[in-house]
Amino acid sequence: MIGTEQIIEITYLVATALFILSLKWLSSPSTARHGVRAGELGMLLAVGGTLLHHDIVDYKWIAIGLVLGTIIGVPLGKVQMTAVPQRTALSHAFGALCVTLVGTAEFYLRAPDVPRFMMAVLSMEVILGSLTFTGSLMAAGKLQEILPQRPITYRGQNIVNLSLLAIAVGVAAYLVLHPGQTQYFPAVVGIPLVFGVLMIIPIGGADMPTVISLLNSYAGLSAAAMGFVLDSKLLIIAGALDGASGFILSVNMSKAMNRSFSNVLFGAFGQEQAAGAAVQQAQPVRSATAEEAAAILAAANKVVIVPGYGMAVAQAQHKVRELYDALTKRGVDVKFGIHPVAGRMPGHMNVLLAEADIPYDKLLDMEEINGDFPQTDVALVIGANDVTNPAARNDASSPIYGMPILDVDKARTVMVIKRSMSPGFAGIDNPLYYLDKTLMLFGDAKSFVGALVRELAGGQS
Amino acid sequence: MKLDLLTSLYVFMLAGFIGFEVIRRVSPLLHTPLMSLTNALDAIAVVGAILLVGEHKSTLSTVLGTIAIVAATGNLVGGFLITDRMLKMFRASGPKKP
Repeated sequence: MIGTEQIIEITYLVATALFILSLKWLSSPSTARHGVRAGELGMLLAVGGTLLHHDIVDYKWIAIGLVLGTIIGVPLGKVQMTAVPQRTALSHAFGALCVTLVGTAEFYLRAPDVPRFMMAVLSMEVILGSLTFTGSLMAAGKLQEILPQRPITYRGQNIVNLSLLAIAVGVAAYLVLHPGQTQYFPAVVGIPLVFGVLMIIPIGGADMPTVISLLNSYAGLSAAAMGFVLDSKLLIIAGALDGASGFILSVNMSKAMNRSFSNVLFGAFGQEQAAGAAVQQAQPVRSATAEEAAAILAAANKVVIVPGYGMAVAQAQHKVRELYDALTKRGVDVKFGIHPVAGRMPGHMNVLLAEADIPYDKLLDMEEINGDFPQTDVALVIGANDVTNPAARNDASSPIYGMPILDVDKARTVMVIKRSMSPGFAGIDNPLYYLDKTLMLFGDAKSFVGALVRELAGGQS
Repeated sequence: MKLDLLTSLYVFMLAGFIGFEVIRRVSPLLHTPLMSLTNALDAIAVVGAILLVGEHKSTLSTVLGTIAIVAATGNLVGGFLITDRMLKMFRASGPKKP
């Protein structure tokens, strides 16, 4: 005889398998959409199964919550592709909020008889959840440019931040031993909320890909901790998958910047800016008009376009597609070289270019494309800076020395579309611009690429 | 009780390894959809919130739980929607399929 309890457990089991398959199918663009279906089906089963639970005595507030959540979720699913980084940060905040609130409620329901292990994971759930909540909101604010993007640093910042976290952990440890002292619990929620804000204040725009990935990982781990508290294997597994994903992405991102985790979180890149900017001096650069640049592009056999955050800011991706079409029509082989940290989150450029309808097999990551540059006639850099800086390869004194870069300087001609000579986010001067083979194309990315397209069209008729 | 915890730890560890191996194979091309999909899957926390609200043990737990359901459902619906929208855009070169 199978009871409701067993049916619920079976839906959870099937949902777990579907979640794993969902991520497995994401490994290739051809099966990826099956992955979404599998995830949706798993979610439907798990939520449906949960609603059967005989402990549920009141459905009113569940229904209200589900409806309100759907009303909020639909617009969140329909944001512009350029707004995806801040949307992602916001969804980390939502996930963390859910976990924190459930953890808080569970504590007050169970206190004062909370077993030690339970109290320990519950504290972990609430600490990770609340710091991820405010941290992600701060990140979303910076990405949406509601908050200033530049890092704000002050002396003793790391000491202040770490002491706060230590106090929160200390209070949690006290509660593990004395769970009846419920009056201390607000500190376990409140201090990490403040810590989350302070943690993101010193982080600049260029570090966002790593930070978003790290917050992703925290959100997953806090959900897994919630799974321990509620004794839900499904939640533990989903949280572990999310945590692993965020962790892998953070490692990738830090590697791509040649920095350690702790360096991203606690290293004040801002202080290095001053040193970098001081080196800047007036050196001659060669600039070109759209007409000259278009002529060189039209004569090329092989062109690699290197997009960066500047392309996203200028919303130039659709103009870039027109340029891709115009060049491809002339028989030019056009590919895109994408640095792992280009943009504001992992894979940001790929999504924007795919949105502009550029086939994904033309989008190559750094390791795939770097061998191609010596045979490339023109490398066209659009709104990217530090990821093309040859100083990372050959100037040991440069703050970004050792960071893997796209070797655009090995192409026969380099073109850089840039608004002015001002240095990039890291504030480091780029020797690429002073090479003899480099042509600076001064202007807004969108209008300059548009001008190139017009010149190419004009030349053909 | 002790055994249950140990089982949970085993589950967590194994899921971590599976996650690591599966996600390592995801192409950098799809890292943004990966993040939005894992976010949507993470919204499974909604089951915890549903039970909390449904059991209706205290006003506090119902209020906090309802907000938690709203947040998680927002992620769930929004996360799947945007992941699918993004993946729809990725197409290979060659003639467009109708």
